[in-house]
Amino acid sequence: MQLSTHDLACQRGDRRLFSGLEVCVRAGQLLLVQGGNGRGKTSFLRLLSGLGEPEAGEVRWNGVSIASAGEDYQQAMAYLAHANGVKDDLTPVENVQVQAGLRGQRVSCAEIEPVLVRMGLAACLDLPARVLSFGQRRRVALASLLLSGAALWILDEPLTGLDVRGVAEVEGLLREHVQGGGMVVMTTHQSLQLQGVEIVPLQIGPVMLGQMSLPTDVAERG
Amino acid sequence: MNLYHYAAPAAFYGLAGRLIPWFAWGAALFAAAGLYISFFVAPTDFQQGEAYRIIFIHVPAAWMSMFIYMVMAFWCAIGLAFNTRLSFLMARALAPTGALFCFLALWTGALWGKPMWGAWWVWDARLTSELILLFLYVGIMALWAAIDDPKRGDRAGALLILVGAINVPIIYFSVKWWNTLHQGSSINLMQAPSMAATMLIGMLVMAIAAWLYTIAVALVRARGLVLARERHTEWVQKIIKEA
Amino acid sequence: MWRFLMTVIRRDLLLAARRKGDWLTAQFFFIMVVSMFPLGIGADPEQLRRVAGGVLWVAALLASLLSLARLYADDHRDGSLEQMLLSPQPTVLLALGKAIAHWLIFGLPLLLIAPLLGMQFALPLEAILVLVASLAIGTPVLSLLGGIGAALTLGLRGGGTLLTLLILPLYVPALIFGAGAVDGVLAGMGAEAQLSLLGAFMGMSLLIAPWVTAAALRVSVD
Repeated sequence: MQLSTHDLACQRGDRRLFSGLEVCVRAGQLLLVQGGNGRGKTSFLRLLSGLGEPEAGEVRWNGVSIASAGEDYQQAMAYLAHANGVKDDLTPVENVQVQAGLRGQRVSCAEIEPVLVRMGLAACLDLPARVLSFGQRRRVALASLLLSGAALWILDEPLTGLDVRGVAEVEGLLREHVQGGGMVVMTTHQSLQLQGVEIVPLQIGPVMLGQMSLPTDVAERG
Repeated sequence: MNLYHYAAPAAFYGLAGRLIPWFAWGAALFAAAGLYISFFVAPTDFQQGEAYRIIFIHVPAAWMSMFIYMVMAFWCAIGLAFNTRLSFLMARALAPTGALFCFLALWTGALWGKPMWGAWWVWDARLTSELILLFLYVGIMALWAAIDDPKRGDRAGALLILVGAINVPIIYFSVKWWNTLHQGSSINLMQAPSMAATMLIGMLVMAIAAWLYTIAVALVRARGLVLARERHTEWVQKIIKEA
Repeated sequence: MWRFLMTVIRRDLLLAARRKGDWLTAQFFFIMVVSMFPLGIGADPEQLRRVAGGVLWVAALLASLLSLARLYADDHRDGSLEQMLLSPQPTVLLALGKAIAHWLIFGLPLLLIAPLLGMQFALPLEAILVLVASLAIGTPVLSLLGGIGAALTLGLRGGGTLLTLLILPLYVPALIFGAGAVDGVLAGMGAEAQLSLLGAFMGMSLLIAPWVTAAALRVSVD
């Protein structure tokens, strides 16, 4: 299982955000995408998810371009964007159920509720998401992510809106997922406590200068 | 000559620059000849008098308005299939001219309708279809105007044009059907009795002039669009410095 | 595949059920526009009968545009559209499911309201039946073609107005055949021809529109 980019370039309007990006993540690794605001972190994640179309180059899943891998890739990948994708008029349980249905999966309430409880939403299972706080909605989205069973998580700022306990829980989830043989690609502005997790850092920006810990896995060009 | 070579923006820019004068002069010559034929050579129609001469503008304009739409659809299909950016630019460059010809066809239709039908506007099948075609052009240009991102604009416009192209024949058919149900028979511009050969020649010459004009204007516009899109590249910077 | 389609439809119906005000707007708009005409052109039953087909159909077109503006906009705003696009299931099914849901929410109630309005316009029973039949065949066209416009104008300033400009010309055949069917039966010429043409147009929209909508969604989200 591996996700790699080849000569990837991204352009937003007139600006070339990055080009010639080559990076590779394997099972049991966490790719931590870093860079200041407006450097193209979100654009990079969207390219990885397949929502965006690269200006040049391609993203490959197990050596096959994600455009051709199609369903296989989408089955194995879950993407948590800035927006939570949580419908205001549905309860957390319904939200998670709909999300699973959209992935073509069927999950029962009995499976969903423990996950929501684990995410600290025990008190609001029957409330419409409208009345939840931003952080609580983020937790609903994270519960969907957990239940998706995807091997690759692409997370855009998963910690925004979460309280201290929430951050710790997410750290726990990440550790569990990666150590269980999963893969994570994520961005964050907060510092993470992830002992025992193999982290691949990637500095993103017009000129790719980075501090690479795994030279064999991560090649980069400016 | 390698066609792919001219699909590169810089090469296209140069080629278009060299071609434009030829098409422009060609258009002027044919228009002069066409107007001469239509005003001095073509005989006066015994039924419609001199007023019929407007068809030398009206008919080529109507032809062009439909034809340009189809050409745009062709470029959009190419662009979507092969991801060639220049194709989308051609579609963008053609649209205003298509809308212009649509408007001309409607205007001249109204001018012709006044003496023939006694009204500036009659819901004749041809004029109605032309009006709806104008609406399609307006919609496409409005969509382009509303989308800031050039890539999204190109593709969104292309999809709309293609849907329109599939729909246009159906619209024509339905309008014709509607017209026969509601109006019965009406005098039709194209069914002028005993159309003299000179009339036909006049119309064809005018159509060629309109063609050449369209190409010239579209190339000018496409050149502008290429410059705007490629404004950060070296070759455009060089042109700017030289100018 | 089937489950995905059903999830999309059920989800939209559930959301509509939670927000009744939203979709009732379009129905009342339909009723009001139709009711304005007698006030504008006079209450002569003969005259009303003559314009009934056209008025009801034009009102249906406008009402559909009113509701279509939000078909994808809400999902786009809260991020759930991205999640749906990332589903392993084909986007065409998403577009089809959304169109079906829109028709169930918008088109179906119209069929129930139309006979009442037909009576207000002094239509004979036979013509009312044809009117309902024409709406039954024709309103799916509005949902299908309108979906293209909704997808193309996603997230644009003034999207609703723009949608009207793009889509109304494409509706022309539906309007002509639909209103023509009512006129045909009033003129004693029967409506079979118009209804079959309308049916053919609907079939074509069904074949083409979901593909174009899917492509448009991808373009708009990129």
